[in-house]
Formats: sequence, structure tokens, C-alpha cells
Amino acid sequence: MNPAEIFSKDTVSIVYGYQQNAIQRMLDFDAACGRERPSVAAIVNPSRAGLHKVFFGRNEILLPMYKTLKEATEKHSDADVIVNFSSQRSAFPTTMEALENPNIRTVAVIAEGVPERKARILAATAKSKGKWIIGPATVGGLKAGCFKIGNTAGTIDNIIESKLHRPGSVGFVSKSGGLSNECYNIIARNTDGLYEGIAIGGDSYPGSTLLEHILRYEQIPEVKMIAALGEIGGTEELKIVDALKEGKIKKPLVIWVTGTCSKMFPAGVQFGHAGAKADSALETADAKNEALNKAGAVVPESFDDYGAAIKGAYDKLVTDGVIKPAEEISVPNFPMDYNQAVKEGRIRKPSQFICTISNEKGEELLYNGVPISEVINEGYGIGGVIGLLWFKKNLPDFARKFLDIVLMLTADHGPAVSGAHNAIVAARANKDIISSLVSGLLTIGPRFGGAIDGAAQGFKAAVESGMTPEEYIVSMKKKGVNIQGIGHRVKSVTNPDMRVTLLKKFVKETFKETKLLDYALEVEAITTQKKGNLILNVDGCIGITFVDLLWSLPDLFSKKEVDEIIDMGCLNALFVVGRSMGIFGHIFDQKRLKQPLYRTPYDEIAYMSDE
Amino acid sequence: MAIKGIREYDAKRMLADFLKAGSVGKCSYDGKVALITPETDFGSLEKVNPWLAEEKLVAKPDQLFGKRGKHGLLLIDADWKGVQKWVKERMNKGTKVGEIEGMLTHFLVEPFTPHAEDEEWYVAIRDERENDVIYFSTKGGIFVEENWDKVKHIKVPILGGIDKVDLDSELADVGSKKSEVVAFVKALYNFYAENGFSYLEINPFTFDKSGGIVPLDMVAKVDDTAAFDCRNTWSGLEFPKAFGSTSSKEEEYVKYLDEQSGASLKLTILNPTGRVWTMVAGGGASVIYSDTVCDIGFSKELANYGEYSGDPSRELTYEYAKTLLDLMTREKDPNGKFLLIGGGIANFTDVAKTFTGIIQALTEYKKKLIDHNIKIYVRRGGPNYKEGLTKMRALGDTLGLPIEVYGPETHMTKIVSLALK
Repeated sequence: MNPAEIFSKDTVSIVYGYQQNAIQRMLDFDAACGRERPSVAAIVNPSRAGLHKVFFGRNEILLPMYKTLKEATEKHSDADVIVNFSSQRSAFPTTMEALENPNIRTVAVIAEGVPERKARILAATAKSKGKWIIGPATVGGLKAGCFKIGNTAGTIDNIIESKLHRPGSVGFVSKSGGLSNECYNIIARNTDGLYEGIAIGGDSYPGSTLLEHILRYEQIPEVKMIAALGEIGGTEELKIVDALKEGKIKKPLVIWVTGTCSKMFPAGVQFGHAGAKADSALETADAKNEALNKAGAVVPESFDDYGAAIKGAYDKLVTDGVIKPAEEISVPNFPMDYNQAVKEGRIRKPSQFICTISNEKGEELLYNGVPISEVINEGYGIGGVIGLLWFKKNLPDFARKFLDIVLMLTADHGPAVSGAHNAIVAARANKDIISSLVSGLLTIGPRFGGAIDGAAQGFKAAVESGMTPEEYIVSMKKKGVNIQGIGHRVKSVTNPDMRVTLLKKFVKETFKETKLLDYALEVEAITTQKKGNLILNVDGCIGITFVDLLWSLPDLFSKKEVDEIIDMGCLNALFVVGRSMGIFGHIFDQKRLKQPLYRTPYDEIAYMSDE
Repeated sequence: MAIKGIREYDAKRMLADFLKAGSVGKCSYDGKVALITPETDFGSLEKVNPWLAEEKLVAKPDQLFGKRGKHGLLLIDADWKGVQKWVKERMNKGTKVGEIEGMLTHFLVEPFTPHAEDEEWYVAIRDERENDVIYFSTKGGIFVEENWDKVKHIKVPILGGIDKVDLDSELADVGSKKSEVVAFVKALYNFYAENGFSYLEINPFTFDKSGGIVPLDMVAKVDDTAAFDCRNTWSGLEFPKAFGSTSSKEEEYVKYLDEQSGASLKLTILNPTGRVWTMVAGGGASVIYSDTVCDIGFSKELANYGEYSGDPSRELTYEYAKTLLDLMTREKDPNGKFLLIGGGIANFTDVAKTFTGIIQALTEYKKKLIDHNIKIYVRRGGPNYKEGLTKMRALGDTLGLPIEVYGPETHMTKIVSLALK
């Protein structure tokens, strides 16, 4: 490769920073150029190693991702360019590291706001090692048909529009990244296209200068003419004047220095670029344009005529036979990006999911349309939140309180029940809290905890079928099935369950409708005559009063909705939520007590295998 | 991001701290400086700086302008009472310094150091691409500029620093105080290099009776991008506006927005009653739009310089656009006004997204835009430009505003002549 060249069609780079769009755009450019190998060999992502999936043309490929530049350069020793997206704070150390690496020849520094002293150290270090820095504060640059730095020249449409997928005859350099893209377009419209374009960045001390790139283009035979844009401030363009006078620039140079308006402005207006401020008469745009013109550069009247000036110089080279216009190369048909197509409204597709209970996409999280701020400020409580997320209803205060009471009542029932027991055994096996919780929850079903659901369904069906309590008991007896929700191991009429007493009291005081509870109490009156412990138990009471709650709110819940809520198993869900609190308690208890692995003692097991 | 002047008070305070921390015994500076602002309570200031009541003093405005003696704004050899009276007479008063009118609000007070006329040295440091330059002269004071050929230029390479320079032989003919001067110049260079300075000038400095350094007049500029690296030594550092600067509430607001985000937003009001307003994307393109407006002969009508770039969010673009629209619809002009929403072909700024913010602002100002007879011209390219331009065209129709919209097929600054010719 000609030593004046920085990039070729085989150049591969390492991208520092997980810039997914920029990486995709680089590979899109590669595909448009017909590169066989993608121009990105690897990515450095300080927070994660692994693989990154990207499109290369129509196919998806994987790019390796490393945590350190050292590892990336060791594994990909043929990469000689670093596209450095690290922030203004880390741009300096990462670029220094890259410059110290023998594999690396060029570093593009994208970050804006690198301190000037550090930028100067970078520039001097690169120079001392015969390496190139493009930037800081730049989008980068590109060599048409070969290699593109990061986001330069934007999307694939623009690349094809500006004919950047194949080389032309014009070398371009400017400070501004935005204007360089504009100029690629101007060059495409007025010549056979760009050969290479570099944006050195708008800072006072860019890592490489306008003149350095112009002199490089001078050494590349394929570059037949040079176009450049200077800017008010600094003395860089005056060095170009000197080089012109010394005969170091022989190819036609079309150049315009922007900022001619500054003479009309009050002193000291700082333009958009940090370096764009004239500190002396020599640094004004007018002075520089005049000096360049005198030294032999083609200087248009204004930026409006920049394209015409480029065309004039180009046409002359064609007439003189210096340029044989580059051939047009067709670009492989490029599939449109899905996201882009969606954005432009060109395609549609059915969604996979529907969600009607919450939305986190707006300004504020919504629970069934209610902003989270209202949920907190209006004191919805857990009961209110369950109402919004489970039933999609804004429950009145007494209903919220009822749900709170249910959760409190079901939170725990000691260590012996199957849920707590299993969780304790799992916790003592040193399993994590989720595994331990789940091992307990998995016992919830028809025999454990399920009575709430069963009682609600059974009693509700009985009432709806029009059976008297007496008839219900008889019918159940005929079927040989116990009535769910009736009966307790130790509690009885004379020794009532406090939980049931409290719940009944709350319901009687606050519910409009207690039809099912009244019915259940009539059932209880009959069953307790047979046996003192056949009382309405807590599971039954919760299930039954929950149905009464729904029936008390006919404006909120239609009959169909009530059936649906009971059939979906909402009551089981309520028990799971409540009991999870207690199960966690047991898990933490065991962990705090540092209990060892549990093993069931032999004498708890009757070994009765047939031998 | 720019080079910014700082107060003489801050520069001296930082120098004193620096010399204290790294004292090699050879140069010290007592750092007796105090700053009087409109809020200063003289009693409390005296408590913190007891020397104020004990020594003869010097007082002068500390607002980024020099030649204070020449402008009659220097009080020498006064006592603390005298200083208070002198400052009170001038505080919050409009004053003309050269051509510039401004308000005096900050005064520096320090001990008065009598010294022989031949004991005034000049030292300054500034940056060049590959080296820093130390300027030094044994003939400091007001005549340095006239005797510039006697000023020594010492280049310090950016790689290697001051240790690569043989200061002893560079400053061979300094005279009796040579070792102190060499030590101070070296320390000053390190102060400069380690604290984000891009310009330092002490003219002159001298020595007090106990051999301590006394910087009599000091000018300093820092590179504000070094703020993070220098966050410890810069704590409390202010970046005052230039004396007489009249930057408006709106300019300050845009500056605030700029500092709040990674994107870039700039606004300078040139002529608040001007008829040509620009809202241009890109640090480079914005300059060319201003150039073109002036080339066409509308420099007197150009209302503002500004730019937005670096993929600002929709909200940020909205705030920026609203600020501009508010400014341009304050005073009516019988001939109407022009708004140029320009820009090159963006590399990565999402044109549709940024335009959404602008459109939101334009929609809000619909009535005022019509009332003020404002014609809008748009030119832009880049990611999602088609979507952005389509939205702009549609906006013209729905709002009933005259909006002409162009894409990359039209030369970047063509809308300027379309609008103004």
C-alpha cells in the first residue's frame, strides 16, 4: 500500500465503544462497496465481553466483543485502525493506549470536549510514532469504496446517493463533519466522485491537520484534485498558503474558508466549533481566502459557488486528459431496515402480545390507566393495586381494605403447613430465596390453600342453583364429598377462630351484600349441630366473603365478570400473594439461624419394602 | 467548550494553593487576595482576611479587563477604610472602559508591595500546537509591549515538558534574583500545565521583603473542557462574562440547555429587531448560512447566530426553537421576517426527530408567526430527512403558514437567496 494511504479495501478496524448504529452503518457501507470482509474485526466494550450480531448485507454475522483494547488487538492483529467512541473523559487514555500498540496505525477520536492539552499530547505522540489521529470532535471520514469511519456520511441511502461506494478522483478535507457530508454530495454532483474525505474536527488542536491530509492526497496518484474547507480562527490555512508557495501542492486545490460574516459581527462571537474564533486579523476568513487565492488555490466567490469552482477544476482535468471519469458501479439491492420501514410507515405487522393492564411507555407508569403518582398519593394501597392490575377496577376504599385484610390473614400459618415446611427444607439446603419460595408455593393446590377457591365455587354454585342450605348439605353428602370451607382441626363453636370472627365483623359492617356469608352461616348452623368443629373455617370465610364483595359492587362487576374472576382462580392467587410473605419469613428465619441441611430422621419413616 | 478568562482573584488564589502544596522552599506566595462583590459584607471579609486591616492595600476591578491604572481604576497604598470607601463609590456603577460600557461589580484587594522599579519581571505562557511558549523579560511593567524584542521566547515541548528545557541557561542574564526567578518560572509552568490553563500572564511580578513572590497583575484563561480533570483545583472557579457583555436571558437559557446535554446548542443575538433569523443545524453549516446572509447584503438584518447539532433530543430542539420564535415575534416589522431552518446533510442526527421538536414549537407559535408575516424556508438532509421534510410541508398546509421545503438536491444555502432576493 502507498504509505500516503491510511485505508484500503482490506482495512479492518476495532471499534472502541458499543456503538451499534455506527457499527451497522460501517458494515452497510462495506456491503455496498462489495467488500468481502467486514471492516470491523472486533468491538471493545468495557462493560461486557461476548458477541454482537449485525447485518453484513443480507446475512447476519457475529462480531467478537472484548472488554479491553489489549485483548482485541491481540486477537485481531491485522486491525490497524481504531474507531474510538470513548467519552471525552476516557478518550485520552484509550487513544494513548491505541497509539502505543504496534498493530495500530490510525485512531479516529470521535469525542467532543477533549481538553486541548491532551489533544496536543495525542497529536505529538502520534507524530513521533508516524501514526495518524483523525479528530477529536469529528465524525471521522471515509475512503470511497474502501472504508468508512463510524457514522460518517450517515445512512446507506446517502452513501449511494453521493456515490461513496466507489472511488472517484477528488480528495477532500475539512474541519466540520456535518459539512463534509454536504461536500461529498456537492463533489458527487460536480465530479466523478470522492476518492477520500476526512473531517479533522472543529477543535483548536486537531490530531491531524488540513495541510497534513492535503499533502497526503498530493502523494496519492489516484487523487487528481483536492477540495478543502477552512474556517475562521487559527493559522492552519496560512500553512496551506506557505505549502502552495513552496510548490508542495501541485494538484488543483479548491478551497473556501468559512466565516466571512465575522467582520459584520461584534468581536468575540464564538461560533459552533471551539477553534472558530479569530484572535487576530490574520485569522479572519477574508484574510485567509485572499492569501489562498494569491498563492494559487481556486477560491470561489462564496460557498454558493463552491460546487461550480470544483466543477470548473474537474472539467479542466477531464479536458486535459488527466482524469478519465470513474465508472459507475451498480450497488447490490439493499434490503430496507425493519425499523426504518416501520418509521416510514411502509410496512405493518400484527403484534404478538396484547396488554391491557399497564403501560410503562409514557411519561409516567400507568396501572390500568391510573398514573403511579395517583396510586401513591391517593393511598390505593396493596388492595387498590390488586384491584387495578387483577380486576382492572378502581375499587372503593372498603374493598381495598378487605383485600388488605385477606392478605394479612393468609400471610402465615406457622412452620408445619406444607408450604412453609417445604420452603424451610429448601432454605436449609442453602438454596436461593426464589427456589426456596417456589418449593413452598408449589404445594398450594387442592389440598393446601385451595379450599378458599373451592369454598367460593361450591357455595356460590349452591346459592345460584337455588338449593336451601339443608338441600346443599344433603346433596354433598350424597356425592360423598366434604363441603369445602367447613371444618377445622381444633377450632370449634365454643373455641372460635379469631381470624374468622374478625373477617365476619368487617364484612358485616362494610359490605352492602352478605348473601353468601349468610347462606354459609346457615350451613354452619346445621353442620355444627352434628359436630362442634364443623365450623365455617378461615379459608371458607375468605372465599365466601370475597364473592359477597363482588356482589356488593354490581356497578363495577357484572355477573359475567364475577364468574370469570372466580373461575380464573383469583382467590388462589390472593392466597399465593399473602402466603409468600410468610414463606419468605420462614426462609429468612432459617438463614438467620444458620440451620444446617435437613434430613428426615429414620424413625419418621416406616421402611416397608417387600423383601 | 471554549477558552474562558477567569478572575485575577481566582488565578492568584489557585497559584498560592499550588505553590503551597508543592513548595520546594525556593518560591512561595502568601496568596493574600480578597474579592469584593455586591454581596460582600466588609466585616466578614475582614474576619477571614485579617491582613486587610493591618496592611497598606491595593484595590482594582476584577472583571477580565486590563490597563486599570490607565483607566483610573486603580487604588494604591490605601488603608482598609479607604478601600471600602473607594469600592463603595464604584460598586454597581456604570463605567466606560475604553469603548465598552459596563457595570463594576467585582473588586480585587491585596497588600500593597512597594518595590524598586528595576525589580519588575514579566512572564507569560501560552500554547502552540507542538509546544508551549514561555515569554520572559526582566523589564516588566507597562512598557513590555514596546520592548517586545527584548522578551525571551522559550519553547517547552508538549511531550517532555519543562524538564526538557535548560531554564538556567535560557534565563542566564536575569541578575541577582536568578535562582528565585528560575524556580518560580518552573513552578509557574507546572501550575499552567497541570491546571487546564491556555494562557497566563504576570506583568509584573516582584519579590516582597521576605523573598516571597508577588504577582502584581495577573491574567489567566483556561480551557473549560479540562473542568473534569481539574475538578479539585477548580472548585469555586467562576467564568465571568466579559466586561460590558449584554448577553440576554435567552442566550443564557440556551447556554444552560447546551451545558445540560451532550448535544450542542448555541445562540448569539446580533440584532433583536433584525428580519432574518436562522435556526441552522451544525457548527460548520451555521457559519456558512451567516456568511451567505451577509454576502447577499443583509448583514444589518441578520438577527442571530446559532446552531444545534450532535443529535439533540426532540425536547431540547423544541426548547431551542421556542426560544428563537419567542425572540423573533416580539417586535413587528412592516416588511415581515424570515426564518431560515437550514442545515447540511447530517451524518447521524435524526432529522425527523429534531424536526418534530421544531414543528411542535412552530405549531405553538402559529398565530404569532402569521401576525408577524414570517416566511419560513427549510433545507436539510440526513437520516430520516424525507420523513422530516414531509412533516414540514404538511405543517405549512395545516397551519396555513408559508413554508418552503428543500432537500439535499438543492444547494445548502440556496434558501438564503430564495428568501432574500
